[in-house]
Amino acid sequence: MKRLFMIGVTLLATQVLAGEAQPVGEDPQIEQRLNGLAEDLRCLVCQNESLAGSHADLAEDLRREIRDQMKQGKDDKQVVEYLVARYGDFVLYKPPFKPLTLVLWLGPLVFLLVGGITWWTVLKRRRAQPEGMANTQARAEAARILEGKSE
Amino acid sequence: MNKRLIPLIVFLVLAVFFAIGLTKNPREVPSPFIDKPAPAFRLPEVGNPGKTFGPEEMRGQVWMLNVWAPWCVSCRQEHGVLMQLQAQGVKLVGLNWKDKEREAAALLARLGSPYLSTVDDLDGRVGIDYGVTGTPETFVIDKGGIIRFKQTGPISEEVWKEKLEPMLKELAR
Amino acid sequence: MIPEIGHFALILALLLALVQSVLPLIGAQTGNARFLAVARPAAQAQFLFVVLAYACLVTAFLQNDFSVRNVALNSFSQLPAVYRFTASWGSHEGSMLLWALILAFWTMAVSVLSRRLPEDMVARVIGIMGLISVGFIAFLLFTSNPFDRLLPAPPDGRDLNPLLQDPGMVLHPPMLYMGYVGFSVTFAFAIAALLSGKLDAAWARWSRPWTTVAWTFLTMGIALGSWWAYIELGWGGWWFWDPTENASFMPWLAGTALIHSLAVTEKRGVFKSWTVLLAITAFSLSLLGTFLVRSGVLSSVHAFATDPARGAFILGFLALVIGGSLLLYALRAPTMLGSARFAAYSRESLLLANNVVLVSALGSVLLGTLYPLFLDALGMGKISVGAPYFNAVFVPLMVPVLFLMAVGPLTRWKGASLPDIVVRLRLAFAVAVVAAVAVPLAAGEFKPWVALGVGLAVWIVYGVALGFTDRLKHGSNLLALPRGFWGMQLAHLSMAFGIVGIALVSGYESQRNVKMAVGDTAQLAGYTFTFKGTEAYEGPNFHAARGHLVVKSASGSEFTLRPEKRLYNAGGMPMTEAGINYGVLRDIYVAMGEEIEPQVWTISLFYKPFIDWLWFAAALMALGGALAASDRRYRIALKDKATA
Repeated sequence: MKRLFMIGVTLLATQVLAGEAQPVGEDPQIEQRLNGLAEDLRCLVCQNESLAGSHADLAEDLRREIRDQMKQGKDDKQVVEYLVARYGDFVLYKPPFKPLTLVLWLGPLVFLLVGGITWWTVLKRRRAQPEGMANTQARAEAARILEGKSE
Repeated sequence: MNKRLIPLIVFLVLAVFFAIGLTKNPREVPSPFIDKPAPAFRLPEVGNPGKTFGPEEMRGQVWMLNVWAPWCVSCRQEHGVLMQLQAQGVKLVGLNWKDKEREAAALLARLGSPYLSTVDDLDGRVGIDYGVTGTPETFVIDKGGIIRFKQTGPISEEVWKEKLEPMLKELAR
Repeated sequence: MIPEIGHFALILALLLALVQSVLPLIGAQTGNARFLAVARPAAQAQFLFVVLAYACLVTAFLQNDFSVRNVALNSFSQLPAVYRFTASWGSHEGSMLLWALILAFWTMAVSVLSRRLPEDMVARVIGIMGLISVGFIAFLLFTSNPFDRLLPAPPDGRDLNPLLQDPGMVLHPPMLYMGYVGFSVTFAFAIAALLSGKLDAAWARWSRPWTTVAWTFLTMGIALGSWWAYIELGWGGWWFWDPTENASFMPWLAGTALIHSLAVTEKRGVFKSWTVLLAITAFSLSLLGTFLVRSGVLSSVHAFATDPARGAFILGFLALVIGGSLLLYALRAPTMLGSARFAAYSRESLLLANNVVLVSALGSVLLGTLYPLFLDALGMGKISVGAPYFNAVFVPLMVPVLFLMAVGPLTRWKGASLPDIVVRLRLAFAVAVVAAVAVPLAAGEFKPWVALGVGLAVWIVYGVALGFTDRLKHGSNLLALPRGFWGMQLAHLSMAFGIVGIALVSGYESQRNVKMAVGDTAQLAGYTFTFKGTEAYEGPNFHAARGHLVVKSASGSEFTLRPEKRLYNAGGMPMTEAGINYGVLRDIYVAMGEEIEPQVWTISLFYKPFIDWLWFAAALMALGGALAASDRRYRIALKDKATA
């Protein structure tokens, strides 16, 4: 009977002790911001992984740094500046828009523009072109012979 | 020009870039600290925690900050070279990076220390401030406390002879 | 002994490939019938010897012959047999041999399935594929011999990268290579056309099924890779715009444009030079992918052990093949102009617009992938171009393509009435807009890009439905409709499913990283997760901690997840195996992090709504491709020949 009682108490105690899982960081808002930001930052010691997904030591350290910075009240832009000051633009997965990356960011638009012009040109050509060059030449030749004109 | 040559020309341009790319290492990250002041810090010394050290103590001298760790295999490779440099009078300060097992003091005692001072960066914060991504990395710092060069990877005899020795001579003038 | 046989077989294969390419190509140029006749038997013999070579490599792996360097570096005695088999293509050398094998296979297929083609065309196609084989086998023999010995032989191997020890590894590389290499067939057809100066609708009809099959395999290969990343990498991602992923996506984009261009060339005899250029481009991008992944020029999770010397060889090969074909194109393409006309609003003009956008998207992916290399080569520093760039650039470009997807198939060839189509699709537009607004709101929060995706998906579905009703109006029944039609509709429909999946998962997925002790519970998206602890267990070549989580949904249903943290014996590499509960409407995904205290773990919980719609879409797309490639009109001529 006593043993049953002891088991019962222990079971009760473990139920009371087991509780809500604690988030890895204390503040869910900050964790949310951290994950969002870290997905667009590069893990510097990995072969192309984001800071959010990497298990590398330095990635853990940098996530800790970012968390601390956010707790100190820094906004996303300031955190990014902090990292870029130390690791350069390489740490950003979204290339900053500056003269160096002008071609990169404007390239797709240029491709589309050139493509659009090509489309337009082909369309015009295909509409204006008579059915078969041979026919046109033959007709012109025949016209010349009939009217006795020389070219 | 025959506009159908455009695809060929585009390809040839790409091929030239690829050929150049074969000589480069995409994983080598250049340091944004070149020609910028060495970030300040104050860390306890390895084996002597009561005493601290900071880079401002080296003002007026040309020196190198060598980031290493006891668990780093490449650092052992360069250790011999560093000892030779010390013998030649080169001023080295060691940054013991993330030494969780606390092995640095014993290691230096066993192998000999090339450093004027070795500081303990246990959590890696100072490393982050310097943009360190791995070991060994070495920063060349001039008399005014400005970082002039970052060597990623071990310092070999060639690296010393061809890059660092001339640079240190130049900065000492 | 066996590795030496394999090596010797490879040398013979090289000689056969030389014969297979030189004689038929000369024969086609000079009209020498005997030389032409060499093509088929040479191709078939080459195939047999490459099979023999590959079989020798596989045997070495299965027998744990660690005196072969490739086996020692990529296998392990405790590795399960199936992975010892797949390890044969897990390295640079092995995967190159797989490339050569699959190339030989496609060539053999062409030699067998082309009885009704003119002999000089067949000879040229097989000859060109032979030249490519020569390049690859020479590369193997001179720089990347998979049969190199390692003496003295180590007692055991270094193990296959644990990331590759997964069912996805069994299918993903072979499927991918079937796709990449399959584009060499259309490439060879295009070069043959340029060499002979003849490119007509018949040429397009011959090329189409080969292209469609290759494209189908590539679709499956990419989808498998994406699914594998989802399962193996432990953070629930399925596309990272990694350079290697892009290297597979670019040929796919080119291949898609090619399929559409071929349709116009077959039907109307126009866009010939575009089609030829796209055929060259698709295969060139396959070759480029091979270069990027093995040369060390770009940094990727996926890159093989890099070697600039090998990179130089591949680059030289690329210069020859791509440079040569583009030069031939510049010289010969102008002689092949088609003469048909079409109106500004017609299926031709819509398909051209579609291809213009697809090629712009392709160009953008190429630009983003190579830009870091460009800057570095010019000494202008190092930057990273990642997902944020590609998403920002690629997604908007896809919008016109998806819009046209409903309009194109309903538009007549040569010329159609724009007002008519507007009237037809008015209701579709309205329904799409309603869905675009309603679905995001129902999901909880209006997000513009999600709305756009849902709207486009509904738009496409409507278009597909209209396509069917049009055809059925004339009295036929569903099953009597041509496979080509079914293939097109299913492939387009699959895009709708895919877009919905992508839009909803990107818009509404959620994640929590928590610390859990035994008995702790956590909440996510209406689900309650209870951590029941871990148990240790031994796998064939690893030991693992298997977590036990009980998950309860808001509606009361319950299931168990068993994510694992594994430590592989040979390399000491830790790996996570996610615990995934699949569902039509959502995946629940759990990954173990670290054991920070005894029986206290950091665990990542993910809610992924509609993500399985992606893989379903890919399967549907592949089905569409298979149906289209097996259309009667490609098979009927075969039957004619047989009965003639």
